[in-house]
Amino acid sequence: MSISRRKFLKGVAAGSGLVLAAGVPSVEARMSKELPPEAVGLLYDATLCIGCKSCMVNCKTHNSVPGGALYKEGLVPSVADSLQCKFTEKKETMASPPYETEGVKGNDGIWDASQDLSGKTLSIIKAYRNGTAEKKDTAINGYAFVKQQCMHCITPACASVCPAGAFTKDPKNGVVYYEAYRCIGCRYCQIACPFNLPRYEWDALWPEVRKCQMCRHRIKEGKYSACAEFCPTGATIFGKVTDLREEAKKRFAMKPGTMYDFPIQTLDSKETNPQAVAAYADKVYGLTEAGGTQNIMLSGISFELLGLNKDIPNGALPDLTWAYIAKVPWVFLGVALGGTTLYAITHRKDKNGKEKGDIHD
Amino acid sequence: MIDFTTYVGPKLGGVVNKMLDDSPSRNLDIKMDTPFTRFLIFLMTGAAVVAVYRVLFGLKASTNMNDYWPWGLWISFDVLGGVAMAAGAFLIAGAVYILNLKKYKCIARASILNAFFGYLLAAISITLDIGRTAVIWHPLVMWQVNSIMFIVAVHLVLYLTTLATESSPMVFEKLGWVRPLRFLSRIMVGAVMFGVALSLLHQSSLGANYLIVPSKLSPLWYSKIMPYMFLVSAIMMGLSMVTFETILTGKVFNHKTPMDVLSGLSRGVLYTGCVYFVMKIWILVSGPGVGALFNNGFLGAMWMIEMAVGVVIPIIVLAKKANRENLDAIFAVSIMVIIGVLFNRLNVGIFAMSDFANRVGGDYIPSVMEFILTAGMIAFAILGFKVCAKYLDLFPSTHH
Repeated sequence: MSISRRKFLKGVAAGSGLVLAAGVPSVEARMSKELPPEAVGLLYDATLCIGCKSCMVNCKTHNSVPGGALYKEGLVPSVADSLQCKFTEKKETMASPPYETEGVKGNDGIWDASQDLSGKTLSIIKAYRNGTAEKKDTAINGYAFVKQQCMHCITPACASVCPAGAFTKDPKNGVVYYEAYRCIGCRYCQIACPFNLPRYEWDALWPEVRKCQMCRHRIKEGKYSACAEFCPTGATIFGKVTDLREEAKKRFAMKPGTMYDFPIQTLDSKETNPQAVAAYADKVYGLTEAGGTQNIMLSGISFELLGLNKDIPNGALPDLTWAYIAKVPWVFLGVALGGTTLYAITHRKDKNGKEKGDIHD
Repeated sequence: MIDFTTYVGPKLGGVVNKMLDDSPSRNLDIKMDTPFTRFLIFLMTGAAVVAVYRVLFGLKASTNMNDYWPWGLWISFDVLGGVAMAAGAFLIAGAVYILNLKKYKCIARASILNAFFGYLLAAISITLDIGRTAVIWHPLVMWQVNSIMFIVAVHLVLYLTTLATESSPMVFEKLGWVRPLRFLSRIMVGAVMFGVALSLLHQSSLGANYLIVPSKLSPLWYSKIMPYMFLVSAIMMGLSMVTFETILTGKVFNHKTPMDVLSGLSRGVLYTGCVYFVMKIWILVSGPGVGALFNNGFLGAMWMIEMAVGVVIPIIVLAKKANRENLDAIFAVSIMVIIGVLFNRLNVGIFAMSDFANRVGGDYIPSVMEFILTAGMIAFAILGFKVCAKYLDLFPSTHH
């Protein structure tokens, strides 16, 4: 080999200096574990839910307008956005919200019949049924409702795993939103989400990930989430996360049977729905799950029976992968230094030998 | 032979003529037109059709992946498996160029080329697996340093380049281009070191991808040390892959590899296998406990098959010194380790998710098209290697 050992060692020293200077990721790169100052969220109280699905209907219509989470102008504009790496404002109205009319017998394209969250459905009301299904919010011989949608984690796993940064947590109101133009469609977000909430447009040619974005476009207009606005019983209410948490803890601690004026639409609303407080089960869901979420839930039966993942750890999930990423620059440094040392030791004998130049002949 | 200078001009034609000259490998006696080659081309054609269909009609039309099973056969087998198969390159290159272990030099080129095809296979499959194939380059311009997938993407690109660099002397030699050759020999040690660092990280980061799913992956496989598990098993697999391919090419290509190289490789498999075995048992005992193997019949059985085929039996066989010098024993063990580690990747990528996914109502069996593409990709790697063996000086020491 025609390179001298000293020259080579010099090069390695310079190279590892570069790695040290540029490679160690700064602390700012880590995700925040604090609740944003003006964080907003939803409180879903399953004991107030009557299963009317008004939230689902309005979620779909109000998100199928420009800016909404289900809005799409067409194949060509979204491909163009991706290729140019930028978002362009779109105004054209959609012909129809993305209804799902298949899968139910006798429904010949007449009504929207979502069976599950999907690339076309951001929120869904599901029912739990047991035995004779007589009494509401009872595990045995009873029934209950549950609402599924993005929980808007304080430290969202989806945002941390996306290789192109397509998910962002709004630094002010904490809404976790998705920018389709960045997405490459690797679906790591779906793997990573402990609630299994992001859904994919499997049938689309330029698919998007779909999830609730808390009606971000409506918040910008001074309104709030459609599901809360159109809930007739106050089962879903919108408010500041800190206040919602207090409210949820208060309800959870109340004696079952006491009369309480449940606010409708928003937490500070004047309109109320006076009801006897039901017996809450389990816990306030969303205080600690995956490091805490901005949407929280109350239920009369355990959340496991309602089909929620029971194994979600309490800590912030991105910490688990960060522990690995923080070591990356040190591997480069270690291999450069260790490798050079080994190279110097093992090639000592070859210094003047004939074999030195023969690696490639 | 056809003289290309008459068709495309003297300059380009001369290059083509030189490339198509198979004299360096004439002693290997490689025949191109065999039934096996035709079968490989048949498989590759099938995969090409599937690839076009997938791009034109989308993922739902071609695969059975769904919202509860967003990663399927292509990720688990082609990407996780293909990359693990390629681990031999950085080990052999490191041993030859950095540790100066000259006896392994005769297999260095072959193992680097093998890795190149392993990575190419992974890269093509992931390009087709993602929903927006045309913008696969986005991570490279939209850095997101919190994401393991970002790290995986950057490493894949860098390491493919490194492998191409490490393989390129074969091509330049053939063309007789002295200046690039001289330049390459100057940077080779640096390139190898860079490749070692990239490989350590890339192998482990595929395991690190799954660190974020403690609540979905079965505890039989989930562990905080998953990155290290992936790395150690990839080393085992990489060494076995090199052994397997050396013996196989020795059988079909008419060249001999010294026995001490093969027994050295199998000693490496034995040592890493022991380390891997201890790690596996530690995860089992410290996590879900031995009882978990029997509580969940299906996943427990998968775990035991993976361990028996890929780890326990190979260790037992290789522990005997006589077996490490027996060509047939080494050959059989290397096949077992390859199957075992591939099985591990399938377990992590597909089966370990089944408990969670089934509970919420998901199910997944790869579609016919998914299988066709995977088969075609394997065929592509084998045929690519064969073509290179015919036209490049892949086993320099056998006739120098």
